[in-house]
Amino acid sequence: MRQVLVRAIGGLAVIGLIAGAAACNSDSGSDDTASGNCGYKLAYFGALTGSSANLGVNIEQGFELAINQYNTKKGSDCITVAKFDSQGEPGVAPGVARNLVADKKILAVVGPPFSGESEAAVPIFEAAGIPSVSPSATRVSLTANGWKTFHRAVANDDAQGPAAGNYIKNVMKAQKVFVANDQSAYGAGLSEVVEKTLGSAVIGKDKTEADGKQTDFSALVQKVVSSQATVLFYGGYYQNAGLIRKALTSAGWKGTMVGGDGMKDVGLAKAAGNGPATGTIVTCPCSPPEKAGGTFVADYKAKWNVDAGTYSDVAFDAANMLLQGIDAGNTTTEKLNTYLSTAEYKGIANTYKFTDKGELDPNYIKVWTFKFDPTGNQIADQEVPTA
Amino acid sequence: MNFSGLIQDFGPLTITGLAQGAIIALFALGYTLVYGVLRLINFAHSEVFLIGSYACLVVWGFFGLDQNSATPNVMSVIGLLLLGLVVAIVFSGLTALGVELVAYRPLRKRNAPPLAFLITAIGASLFISETVGVMTQRNIKGVPPLIQPRDVFVIGNMHVTNLQILIIVLALVSMFLLDRFINRSRLGRGIRAVAQNPDSAALMGVNKSRVISLVFLLGGLMAGIAAVMYDLKIGVTRFDAGFLLGIEAFTAAVLGGIGNLRGALLGGLLLGLLQNYAASLFGTEWLHAASFVLLVLILLVRPTGLLGESLGRARA
Repeated sequence: MRQVLVRAIGGLAVIGLIAGAAACNSDSGSDDTASGNCGYKLAYFGALTGSSANLGVNIEQGFELAINQYNTKKGSDCITVAKFDSQGEPGVAPGVARNLVADKKILAVVGPPFSGESEAAVPIFEAAGIPSVSPSATRVSLTANGWKTFHRAVANDDAQGPAAGNYIKNVMKAQKVFVANDQSAYGAGLSEVVEKTLGSAVIGKDKTEADGKQTDFSALVQKVVSSQATVLFYGGYYQNAGLIRKALTSAGWKGTMVGGDGMKDVGLAKAAGNGPATGTIVTCPCSPPEKAGGTFVADYKAKWNVDAGTYSDVAFDAANMLLQGIDAGNTTTEKLNTYLSTAEYKGIANTYKFTDKGELDPNYIKVWTFKFDPTGNQIADQEVPTA
Repeated sequence: MNFSGLIQDFGPLTITGLAQGAIIALFALGYTLVYGVLRLINFAHSEVFLIGSYACLVVWGFFGLDQNSATPNVMSVIGLLLLGLVVAIVFSGLTALGVELVAYRPLRKRNAPPLAFLITAIGASLFISETVGVMTQRNIKGVPPLIQPRDVFVIGNMHVTNLQILIIVLALVSMFLLDRFINRSRLGRGIRAVAQNPDSAALMGVNKSRVISLVFLLGGLMAGIAAVMYDLKIGVTRFDAGFLLGIEAFTAAVLGGIGNLRGALLGGLLLGLLQNYAASLFGTEWLHAASFVLLVLILLVRPTGLLGESLGRARA
């Protein structure tokens, strides 16, 4: 029996090792002759596959659209797109990041989208001096690491958390709120801030495993039902959220689920079914994509045959901000990083200027709430105060 | 630790735990059957389950059903459920036979050491799971709401739904039939004979290869039923659904006594309950950790599991 157990444990270890090492990256396009600040690459780093891939794909497509338009304007394949799939996993990200920094033609990175993988990958970018602009990593502590090359083009959870809390308190007027999170860098950080804002209205707390690590949420559901909460705030990503929402509905719970930008994806409705997902509220430090200026909305639809998703517009802006810098002759990673720390760029979704820590300038912070409609789309609800 | 919560929710936690445990138990039978005869753990069994969980969704998809469809009328639901079960059972069974044919039989012919089987099984498992992952872009697939959970009866705060009853009853019936088959039928006698002593069984004219294929097939059939129940209960499947639940099912098999059919049932139900109680008491994040601590404790006291290893010795 002992032998069998040893074998079994050995087998699981082998599976873990293989799964951990199974990282891949794709690197498209060929080098151009360097002329007129051309021949360089901009990289997307983030999930293209995996349980939270939809959020990553939205960003990659906005990023790639910006570069395509730039190249069309230049009349050549001036800047090449490089894509690196981290699967959104902090365990996979470092290996993929090392592949990225090995490519000396890459001047800057748009990404990583998630907070957990940012903690794992940004130190590698930092060591290589490659500037990164994340369109969506919102964990507060990311900018407390003293990184010089990290920037984020959105407000952090110190803005999103209070906004969600205020919305639950003042707009939904909920007296009993249950707060749960997925223990991820993002989910735990966000729910902490929400708890602080809600104070005594929080009548119960729980934690779940991360996306893909748990599918049976019976115990959590039972706690929510027994607590008689009318609102469940979940700090986590859309897949778990969808499963929880479905299980809550099956258990007859009539309350509303509220979450952050990690839940703002049609994937939530796919997991829960459109019926149970309807009415779910998500906050986002972003403007509604359909409110983006210029021809972005139409261009995006024409190029990708889907509507622009969450942060597609911010990624588009981040890429364009970098392209403007390259166009102005900042064709080394150091120069481009210096450019990022001083430039003020007016894009289609927002105006961007970074503080010395890499945070978005407080003057440009905005947070909106969105509501899931019966087709799984997230309809802009209102802009909410962040303090 | 939240004792008052556990006491208050004891009823509801018990019924949801039993439903989850019934699925784990059906899944665990595959591990136990193969171990009972071959003394090997079939790590590819998780993918046998996975294929079943997709197969029924594909068939329901032919009827235009997805997670957003309305619940069809009662007769259609019964028809669709039966069809889904048959298809899942067939595909899971075929996958199990395929795994045996590719990952086990060639090695057995060459008298490979047990470690080789372990590696080929893990290889087959990863191959199938990754292939499904690539084919589905690692996205989730939603399940049509064939059964809307509705309270059948209520005791205190324990709401027992139609779906929970269906899962538990179906698991018990499948279990009972399997037990009868192994203990009463001619083929079942062959399985027990090989489990007890492969060489003597061969001398008595039992075709060992056929018996081994049969236990893989039986495990596959049970996994197919478990897969349909899982789909209906969780509402979503994905390429690694088998891996997660597979570890739990394997745990359940060891808990009950691997190689012992009734042990798998007991282990599965117990594990389902324990996970729910632990999640309530310590917080959902401790769900897996707590159940594994308990497994170790039980194995310290009863190294062969609760009911002991005994596929062959159950009823000679």
